[in-house]
Amino acid sequence: MIPLDDTDRRLLRLMAEDAGAGAGALGRRVGLSQPATWRRMKRLEEAGAIRRRRADLDLGKLGFGVTVFLGVKIGTRGRAPVEDFERAVSAIPEVQSVEHILGLYDYRLRVTARDIADFERVLRRRIMTLPGVAGVDANVLLSEERLPGPLG
Amino acid sequence: MLDDTDRRILRQLQADPTASAADLAARAGLNAATCWRRLEKLRETGVIRGIRSEIDWRALGYEVEVSLRITLDKTAPRAFDEFAAAARLVPEVLEIQTFLGQVDVRLGVIARDMAHYKDIYRDRILTLPHILDVEALMHIARLKDEEALPI
Repeated sequence: MIPLDDTDRRLLRLMAEDAGAGAGALGRRVGLSQPATWRRMKRLEEAGAIRRRRADLDLGKLGFGVTVFLGVKIGTRGRAPVEDFERAVSAIPEVQSVEHILGLYDYRLRVTARDIADFERVLRRRIMTLPGVAGVDANVLLSEERLPGPLG
Repeated sequence: MLDDTDRRILRQLQADPTASAADLAARAGLNAATCWRRLEKLRETGVIRGIRSEIDWRALGYEVEVSLRITLDKTAPRAFDEFAAAARLVPEVLEIQTFLGQVDVRLGVIARDMAHYKDIYRDRILTLPHILDVEALMHIARLKDEEALPI
């Protein structure tokens, strides 16, 4: 864990919004020279503050009208190793993310489909047939907002 | 409408979001000028909203990640709006999602440790307006998160 000052936090927030912005442009916005900004960016990168880069695409415009979060419960412990489930579920292209959680169910999946009919196909043919699945609970995403987090 | 050329470019962009237009062109088997024009158009029409960096909160000392599934009192006329407006002011809230299903709203919340989480939960979350019920799910691991679309 690295200590951050206010300038680091502002920089990180700007880097999060626009991963392509260079040190010159970001420096102007935080009031630092290009080399000073570059050094800070490099330090943040090296400390692992950035997990990855992501192209933010408009799902609706690409024809993906439905996003559903599935809570999956795994049953019959010992019969099918969870690794089998994890490997198989991660390989499904419509499954955008897989998180292992503790609580009401075991895994949380984010599934994107063209429409409800397409989602039903993915659910029935690909998810319900996965090894070890004992129960699925579905919530259809209506809106989503991502916030910058505790960065000042 | 998108055609196959656009889709080829988008696939390459998803795989390597910070690649230059020239690199994307080469990988998509296009000439650089065409690829650049297409990218411009995809940005103008809002298909590409931007290239983001995702922050690794663990590397910044936030060890705890919790999903809070919240049921709201829908008899209050502006329950969703007022709840979301107040939740936006909590710095540790990273995501606000609304749903059709058993759950009304989900908040993605981070905290430095369990003690910090307890404070946020008690002082900032339970005080949000119109909550009927809260269920907490502790995040253990992320197995897949490219959020790549099957374009």
